[in-house]
Amino acid sequence: MSAGRDAIMGGLRRALKRGAEESDAAARQAVDRRLDAATRGPVPARAQVPPAAQVDLFEAMAVEQAATVTRIPSLEAVPAALADYLKAANLAPKVRLAPSPDLENMPWDSQPLIEVEAGRAQGSDQVSLTGAVAGIAETGTLMLASGPEAPITLNFLPDNHVVVLKASQVVGAYEDGWDRLREIYGRNALPRAINLITGPSRTADIEQTIQLGAHGPRRLHVLLIEDTEPGPRDDDDGP
Amino acid sequence: MDPSPRAFKANAREAVLDPQLKRALAHVKVGFIGKRAKAVARLPEFDALRDAARDIKIHTLDHLDLYLERYEARVTAQGGQVHWCPTAEDARAAVLSICQRVGAKTVTKGKSMISEEIDLNQHLEANGITPVETDLGEYIIQLRGERPSHIIAPAVHLTKDLIEADFRAHHRHLPPERSLEEPRELVEEARGILRERFIAADVGITGANFLVAETGSSIIVTNEGNGDLTQALPKVHIVIASLEKVVPTLEDAATILRVLARSATGQEFSTYTTLSTGPKRPGDIDGPEEYHVILLDNGRSEMLAGPFRDALRCIRCGACMNHCPVYHAIGGHAYGWVYPGPIGAVLTPGLIGIEEAGDLPNASTFCGRCEAVCPVRIPLPKMMRHWREREFERHLTPRAMRAGLGVWAFFASRPELYHRVTGWAMRLLAMLAGRKGRLRSLPLAGGWTQVRDLPAPQGRTFHALWAARNKRTGT
Repeated sequence: MSAGRDAIMGGLRRALKRGAEESDAAARQAVDRRLDAATRGPVPARAQVPPAAQVDLFEAMAVEQAATVTRIPSLEAVPAALADYLKAANLAPKVRLAPSPDLENMPWDSQPLIEVEAGRAQGSDQVSLTGAVAGIAETGTLMLASGPEAPITLNFLPDNHVVVLKASQVVGAYEDGWDRLREIYGRNALPRAINLITGPSRTADIEQTIQLGAHGPRRLHVLLIEDTEPGPRDDDDGP
Repeated sequence: MDPSPRAFKANAREAVLDPQLKRALAHVKVGFIGKRAKAVARLPEFDALRDAARDIKIHTLDHLDLYLERYEARVTAQGGQVHWCPTAEDARAAVLSICQRVGAKTVTKGKSMISEEIDLNQHLEANGITPVETDLGEYIIQLRGERPSHIIAPAVHLTKDLIEADFRAHHRHLPPERSLEEPRELVEEARGILRERFIAADVGITGANFLVAETGSSIIVTNEGNGDLTQALPKVHIVIASLEKVVPTLEDAATILRVLARSATGQEFSTYTTLSTGPKRPGDIDGPEEYHVILLDNGRSEMLAGPFRDALRCIRCGACMNHCPVYHAIGGHAYGWVYPGPIGAVLTPGLIGIEEAGDLPNASTFCGRCEAVCPVRIPLPKMMRHWREREFERHLTPRAMRAGLGVWAFFASRPELYHRVTGWAMRLLAMLAGRKGRLRSLPLAGGWTQVRDLPAPQGRTFHALWAARNKRTGT
């Protein structure tokens, strides 16, 4: 072990008065127990609501943070919804896609005007389309994980980031998001990067006034696929 | 301004008379305080979360050696490397040796106070490597050759017109007639310039808000996305973090994250919270090939042993300085070191010595707002009092003040005499003040009366009023 490590560890052990074997073993046990249990702290009540209400909360919180959300019925509807979005935002019909079968196998033929290419982001890309691992209702936060099918440059480099999220992926709290990660990747095996994204990039470094599009995407758009039974909604006023 | 805490008094005097600084600091009072209050009001669980966050930090600090062991094991298992650095010099050397080994010419940087603490930029520059700060505020102050004046809003001491002038002076390749009046235009210009830097960089350096022992992850919390471009594009990602950043589990991180953004900027959640675990994996088509963590002690293990352990709970949200009347008046540079405000007044003497930073714990009105808003409930006023005691014990307090305290102690330990003398003194002061009730000058109180009048005491002493009150109510 390095001299630096020995020096720091020695200092910490002195500061914490370690040495007596018995108390050391007790401390070690306390640490092991805590790491194993991964006990939750207080979880906001607003996140602990039925699934349909979580989806509504996710949408409301994301919109509050300047993201936009469109609800669509199925994965097959993504290309048309994306075409609408590009047109409305006056963007060129060129999209960099995350190289995942889910996204690549969509009926892109139905939108022959959109030029689709899969891969990592290039500096010149204007629009990216990615999936997500979860949506966290509590603050309208998307959870994305890196991987061969999910290059993370797509989340940050293009000016416009469009994310496909299924309603069934929406969870209440951050801790529910961690549980999703443990289900998918196993314990102690996170992908290289987990990105929690809440709205588009922003800064308040100039006189504390908020400006969107600091370094990351200027716009964040969510295509929310309603793959679950919709619950009762107050604002059910059509598509 | 002299960048040393020894020059605090002169710096503070200069700062309160600076009209431009006063204009800039007005944004602190208006922006941060109201936004935080609103975010707190929206979350009924906020105080319970603060208690939980405090308890997580206490537990972790009590087991810091063991959590760091576990953390390192997880980082190594994921293909990363932890570099243990007892001093700032060790940390600088570790970063430089990685940069030199990969032949780095430019290094992009996310915002990191530890980088300021170890003077990393100067060291890289001296060795022919160009560091590029990419957080907008940090970029601006790098252009100006300044230090951050706030731990989360580094350029909070600047007004828009100053930033415009800096951009015009440094971005000479752009048309001089371009408009830069709006903050929007300034942000756009920086975005364009830094984009090229992100893509060209050989190494990306970020700080860490948390290190997670359970997973071996480092977590950064940002709004701009610069920290993510910094770590996603170059071949090498270096994380610089201090020992106390470790938390046990993801659940613990979630609890603290809930109080962090709300306390800092009043946001429900920051735009980007990123967990980084090791280098890129087989099959990944982007991300860094190397992942290093520079783990800095720099005086912290010593603080852990003494009465200042609680200060290591700090999660660097900046709420204490945002709510501090002293910070509002003088800004961050006057403090003369990396961490300003109440937390700086407690940390700085701990990290660089009370001999260097003795004035800082004295720069407090003890109004208690810092402790009232601290998300991990650090007893900041109590700790400043501890430092004052220590300063006194070590005979570092100025002679005049020691003499004054001696006189006060003489009377305070003789209550009868104290009551009689304070009564006389009050009557004397009231007489001197005359009808206006104010004193323009007073022997031994020049420090006060030079810049403002001293209101003369009115009526009777507190003790006399208290005695009369008790007589009346018969208690």
